[in-house]
Amino acid sequence: MAQGIWVFAEQREGQIKKVTFELLSEGRKAADQLGQELCAVLVGKGVAGMAESLGEYGADKVYVVENDALENYTTDGYTNVIAGLIKQYEPAALLLGCTVTGRDLAAQVAQRLQTGLMTDCTGMEISGDQLVFTRPVYAGKAIVKAACPEARPVMATIRPNTFAAVPNAKQAEIIKAEVGPGDVRQIIKDIVRQISERPELTEADIIVSGGRGMKGPENFKILEELADVLGAAVGASRAAVDAGWVSHSFQVGQTGKTVSPVLYIACGISGAIQHLAGMSSAKCIVAINKDEEANIFKVADYGIVGDLFEVVPLLTDELKKIIA
Amino acid sequence: MKIAVLVKQTFDTEAKIILDVNGKISSSGVSLIMNPYDEFAVEEGLRIKEKEGGEVTVISVGGQQAQDALRQALAMGADKAVLVDQGEAELDEYATATILAKAISDLEYDLILGGFRAIDDGSAQVAGRVAEILNIPVVNVVTGLEIEGGKAVATRETESGSEVLEVPLPAVITAQKGLNEPRYPSMKGIMKAKKKPMDKKTLADLGLDDGKISAKVKALSFSLPEPRKAGKVIPGEAAEAARELARLLREEAKVI
Repeated sequence: MAQGIWVFAEQREGQIKKVTFELLSEGRKAADQLGQELCAVLVGKGVAGMAESLGEYGADKVYVVENDALENYTTDGYTNVIAGLIKQYEPAALLLGCTVTGRDLAAQVAQRLQTGLMTDCTGMEISGDQLVFTRPVYAGKAIVKAACPEARPVMATIRPNTFAAVPNAKQAEIIKAEVGPGDVRQIIKDIVRQISERPELTEADIIVSGGRGMKGPENFKILEELADVLGAAVGASRAAVDAGWVSHSFQVGQTGKTVSPVLYIACGISGAIQHLAGMSSAKCIVAINKDEEANIFKVADYGIVGDLFEVVPLLTDELKKIIA
Repeated sequence: MKIAVLVKQTFDTEAKIILDVNGKISSSGVSLIMNPYDEFAVEEGLRIKEKEGGEVTVISVGGQQAQDALRQALAMGADKAVLVDQGEAELDEYATATILAKAISDLEYDLILGGFRAIDDGSAQVAGRVAEILNIPVVNVVTGLEIEGGKAVATRETESGSEVLEVPLPAVITAQKGLNEPRYPSMKGIMKAKKKPMDKKTLADLGLDDGKISAKVKALSFSLPEPRKAGKVIPGEAAEAARELARLLREEAKVI
């Protein structure tokens, strides 16, 4: 019988993604409740040194697959490895972060193993002896609870920032697994990295976001200054992206990124339904907008009706004083 | 170049979601559109056809009303459509991908395009599953695509930037916003679309029965989220309000 809850340990360039620790923390609770072991799977080139850190968040075992051909993520290479390991060890569940990589990999592995996959989940609970996942659908306008009753492993991708990452030191048993990447059909021609000192939008704890009210690309500078004080990421509404002020990779909303930060500061954003779809799971929302009728105030925990060009720099100064 | 485009009909983005008497999401009175990401896929298929020659077939799984989304693609310039009506079967992504792959395997294809996700259940897995079933490579979240010499060169969005991948054809490519600007159907296109072939199939026509498309994932319950409550608007002049907001974020909300 299938046994064990597995977490895909996503890493890029020698760094384990935060969502991995979040999944291990929550996976630990589920594993204890079900009387199962919690395992992490770490794949890449020269990654073994990171294995111990997975134990620090509760993994009983870490399966490590190292291969030069796995240095960069490819759909085929990683699918072959993960599906191969699962066929060998037959875990009951596999959790991945709902990231670009997690989403890509999960669909291929699920189909190869003929199993079910629930994506972009915002909750996990145990009902009887099965894992039940919560998924926002229709851009968060409805919530579905779903399970995969028979096929194994149960698979799910979980939205970053859904669970808290809680250290839970274990001496993880590290197992070097011999599974090759096989035939990889995606040949990497080029990798372009946007150099940014700021956290990634989907993983950021704090996001400072601008909309139509920013009036132009040059004005995003005041949001960047606020973001720098808070260690925040910068986002944008569709209006700002469609106007060509910032690139689509900054867009938060139904046709952009879905984010769940602790704090979301919306500046000059009216709060169209398509934007709210991408950020309404934020724990605390702040709105700064000169239109007191703006929809964003209906969802904001704190609002300031005023000129953002005046309020934002003042807020930056106040926060500097508090945080310093 | 034979191109197949996977199309899904979804609720309009402005649709209000309510539950029916059975506690499921009600589609009554909701206006339906082509999934916006699939529009990018249709557009890309048409551009490749215009450059390389060939044929674009649009394929959907859905009830008879899904013909509207397919007709829109035909009006944009696609050549023919295939609609598989699943009847009463409850589908998950595994089942939908199984049906699509079966329908596609009856066609000739060099390239399969689709939106990288649908805006309704946003699952982002059906196209990838189709690639796996057909045993062809997939590249997801693509914002640039060139076809040359039996290969596809695709620019793909990643969290830290982008990457350029080359895959041999046939392949599945899924579209992200930024790939192109979809055209609007012209009046002439809309008239022409009415005469283009719409091949309607049932699961039995494809040789599929309930056993082969039995869903792996079961929805247990649907609910509507608690609406967020409006919080407090901080009064006062800008300087005063900014100071108070900073204090509240630290002392009351405890988020900084």
